Amino acid sequence: MRRALLAYLRNPAALLGAVLVLAVLAMGLAAPLLFPNDPLGLAGRPLQWPGANPRFPLGTDPSGRDIMAQLFHGARVSLLIGFVATLVATAIGIAIGALAGFYSGLVDTVLMRLTEAFQTLPNFLLLLVLVAVFGSQIETVTIAIGLVSWPPVARLTRAEFLTLRTREFVQAARVQGLSDLHLMLREVLPNALPPVIVYASVVMAVAILLESALAFLQLSDPNVPSWGNLIGLGRNVLRVEWYVSAIPGVAILLTILGVSLVGQGLNDALNPRITGR
Amino acid sequence: MSALSIEHLTVALPRGADRPYALTDVSLSIAPGEILCVVGESGSGKSVTATTIMRLMAPGVRVEAGRVMLGETDLASLPDEALRRLRGRRIAMVFQEPMTALNPLMAVGDQLAEMWRTHTDLSAEKIAERSLAALREVALPDPEGALRAYPHELSGGQRQRVMIAMALALEPELLICDEPTTALDVTTQAQILTLIRELQRRRGTAVLFITHDFGVVAEIADRVAVMQQGVVVEQGSVQQVLTAPSHAYTRRLLAAVPGLRAPPARKISPEAVLEIRNLGKTYRPAGIFRRRRAARALDGVSVTLRRGATLGIVGESGSGKSTLARCAVGLLAFDQGEIRIAGRPLPPARQAAAHLVQMVFQDPYASLNPRRKVGDQVAQGPIAAGTPRAKALAEAAELFALVGLEPSALARFPHEFSGGQRQRIGIARALAMKPEVLVADEPVSALDVSVQAQVLTLLRELQARLGLSILFITHDLRVAAQLCDEVAVMQNGLVVEAGPIGQVFEYPAHAYTKSLLAAVPGRGMLGV
Amino acid sequence: MRIVALAGKRLAASLPTLLLILVGIFCLLQFAPGDTVDAMLAQMGGGDAAIAADLRRFYGLDLSVAEQLAHYLWRLVRLDLGFSAIYGKPVATVILERLPATLSLMGASLSFAFAAGMALGVIAARRVNRWPDTLISTLGLIFYATPSFWFGLMAIVLFSVHLQWLPAGGFGDVAMGYTGARRVLDIAWHLVLPTLTLGLIFLAIYLRIMRASMLEVLSLDFVRTARAKGLRETRIITRHVLRNALLPMVTLIGLQAGTMLGGAVVVESVFSLPGLGRLAYESVVQRDLNTLLGIVFVSALLVIAVNFLVDMLYARLDPRIGA
Repeated sequence: MRRALLAYLRNPAALLGAVLVLAVLAMGLAAPLLFPNDPLGLAGRPLQWPGANPRFPLGTDPSGRDIMAQLFHGARVSLLIGFVATLVATAIGIAIGALAGFYSGLVDTVLMRLTEAFQTLPNFLLLLVLVAVFGSQIETVTIAIGLVSWPPVARLTRAEFLTLRTREFVQAARVQGLSDLHLMLREVLPNALPPVIVYASVVMAVAILLESALAFLQLSDPNVPSWGNLIGLGRNVLRVEWYVSAIPGVAILLTILGVSLVGQGLNDALNPRITGR
Repeated sequence: MSALSIEHLTVALPRGADRPYALTDVSLSIAPGEILCVVGESGSGKSVTATTIMRLMAPGVRVEAGRVMLGETDLASLPDEALRRLRGRRIAMVFQEPMTALNPLMAVGDQLAEMWRTHTDLSAEKIAERSLAALREVALPDPEGALRAYPHELSGGQRQRVMIAMALALEPELLICDEPTTALDVTTQAQILTLIRELQRRRGTAVLFITHDFGVVAEIADRVAVMQQGVVVEQGSVQQVLTAPSHAYTRRLLAAVPGLRAPPARKISPEAVLEIRNLGKTYRPAGIFRRRRAARALDGVSVTLRRGATLGIVGESGSGKSTLARCAVGLLAFDQGEIRIAGRPLPPARQAAAHLVQMVFQDPYASLNPRRKVGDQVAQGPIAAGTPRAKALAEAAELFALVGLEPSALARFPHEFSGGQRQRIGIARALAMKPEVLVADEPVSALDVSVQAQVLTLLRELQARLGLSILFITHDLRVAAQLCDEVAVMQNGLVVEAGPIGQVFEYPAHAYTKSLLAAVPGRGMLGV
Repeated sequence: MRIVALAGKRLAASLPTLLLILVGIFCLLQFAPGDTVDAMLAQMGGGDAAIAADLRRFYGLDLSVAEQLAHYLWRLVRLDLGFSAIYGKPVATVILERLPATLSLMGASLSFAFAAGMALGVIAARRVNRWPDTLISTLGLIFYATPSFWFGLMAIVLFSVHLQWLPAGGFGDVAMGYTGARRVLDIAWHLVLPTLTLGLIFLAIYLRIMRASMLEVLSLDFVRTARAKGLRETRIITRHVLRNALLPMVTLIGLQAGTMLGGAVVVESVFSLPGLGRLAYESVVQRDLNTLLGIVFVSALLVIAVNFLVDMLYARLDPRIGA
């Protein structure tokens, strides 16, 4: 464990990722302190350029709201949604993948058909359907994103379980008389988790992207200061005041970059390979 | 003038490896038309020697000093392009794993033809002729078919013949063989060794043959070099090194090689502790769309293990011996027949069966959970059966002492132990359940020969002290000869011959047993 | 023959999946607040309960869920996707009108992403850990992190507004009334930015996978054999490494087909393309559940079709399959 941590810290890209993620986290935590007023409330004259008014360092949007405030509060939204949706997707995916990979036969076939069904349907389309049916509240959107993101996690978990199930240490535990539950949870799962944990970073990146795309299309919760929402608002004034769309986009980019770098860093730290430097 | 002369070669490993140098001041020479065997255990540097000659080392491994003279040319200082032109034409190499050494997406004929296409200007028809002739020379059945076939359609032995044909296509001066028969069955190994020797004699090629098996050395070497930890400890003619070794390490290695003659039979009890009667197992392919091609792994097998004795099950791959082991231990369900332990049928419930029979596995690196302490893994069986945790751990500590490990090792993780130590832990784990029968599935096949000897000694001691009854699966007849009281020879899911080991090995009755024994390399020279 | 049989087997296996999707989505849509009739009434500006009941009976919406499902599946078998109350046309017609735009966009994006990803991945793998690799990998990471709709907007700002090189949207300039080759070129010109936008993230994915795949294959035994045979490095890469490294990429096309279709929703929105994705968005907003169901069906068919082609291609490339 310590070895992995040290390997991670020695990787400059991974450190950059960690820095970016921590910065966004800090933004989110600082938001209620720095911008105590409602970020979606009227703050000043609309469409002021960044730097024009010292009160609004990043300018104002078409509705006269402070862009910087929305940026900071949006950080909370993105990270929270990303995290919870990832949790939902990972929990479902691991459960389904573990059962399918451990017990072959009928259980595997049924679960894999289910997974295939979810994967054949484009996940954004399913998300649209879920939002159409269940509404756009932020809780609904978050769970919906989790519900469309679990199939790759299930496949990965299943693949790991299939490989590990035939390993000799699992068979040895079986011969020692240990139950299926013990084998799944205490022998296979701890060995199957590392690649799944690494993949969770991909899931989180996708979750943040999905939410922002949904918000861009004005299909997410309008009462929540989402970055995607702001980009969508800036669309109408794109020709002149393009900064309204540009700034939140950069924020999304840096956040996802950070999450991806952290994921890659974790992968390199947990699966070291001699790369012949 | 030697065909190959390695002079004071020092090769460094990348940073972070377990030692700084793979090879230290290694000097070897091979005369034209001579076979030099380089023999050593894992970590001796023998493979690095082979790959360094043609500069095919793993990334990060580099030559620090010395020369590699092929005739007049120093290969170590040759520029890349010049070296590339030499490869295949003046030196060729055959690798260890035939299953992965050929491009799976390219036909065998095309891969063979590449030799001529790269190094000569011959026309396509001429190349096709030569390819066919090359495959005939290595005695491939159906050479025309083989040319059109893809690698996965050939067996391991056949692929190795293709590799040899490719290597000798352009009649190189030197052929390097890096453990080419280690992954093959013993009968296939014998055929490949004969083939190499024949071809080499016919063309006068010098051969550098890497191996860990002294039997192979005795079988084909003209001269021998023994390596240990990157240093050549002894070099000389095969006669001299094998019968009158001068270095202590060589002597120790030779002493560790099990002889094929079994020690005098000891008295064993007539009581049967494990009876397998008419066992049958068929692997049926799953899915409604798969073609019906069932494989009979076990075709009515009957063997008896007596209490306090060791019964060896020997056979090659596909004989069904592993399937038999797994059925005996309850990991695999069987279709017909019965298994009785101490008179009672083997219970299907795992918890009940755990007290009756336990298993020691083959791969020391895969048989322990890398993320749990070894003490927990040994004690978890008894704990699941109801033993209080403290008592189970105390017993585990005793077992560790019994198998020659410190009791404090209970708290450590598998990666802190060597291969031989991990096998000891595996044995302790099996003994923790105090089973009636111990099934050992090739427990020493993945170990170096010196470590192998230690583990075999341990098994013998434990058997004497605890009265263990062992079902010992192996493909290595020498190992069987030294450890087993009785033996059953398996082929294609059937027992073809069984009886006391001394008798079966000295006076084999069945043709297959005879061919197995004849195929064991080095029978003559290594004191039978 | 073996290839067709193999792919046929896979196709038959995907029928239950299709069924599962349709039944699932149909049942899901039953939970929607308000149905097509409500949307129609809203469009008409209101109506009383009697009209609503009549309409429901007309559209068969007063039957039980199971009956409605049975009717729907029966109609589907005859490829009748129902009627779109919002557009006043059969759903099948509406979808067919929108299909060309989406197919062209997806085809162009896929080709771009695959070709460029493959090329860049190979370069990065050949110069691994040196500056071309670092540059390409970094670019890949940035492309991966860029939200497609944002990139599209910024591209419009740069290329359409400021530089005036490329059009800001639309599937060809309808007003100009081009025909034949000129029309095709015009459409292609309009598709440049959308293709780039949609293809960007997939370019990043293919790049990363190709690079990893190349590095993996380069470490395999048979590459060492090829070197030992004295083959030239170029030949080793083209004849031995590339084909083996492409296999995971081909699989990826199939896996990403659905995601690409989902991405088309957003890109078509940004660039005002009259495609299936935008139709889906409009159906959601306007509560045209019939059309939405039809789009789900067609999307699933598309993904299955792409996977079918991918399976055939894979079987063609790898002789070990089906052996």
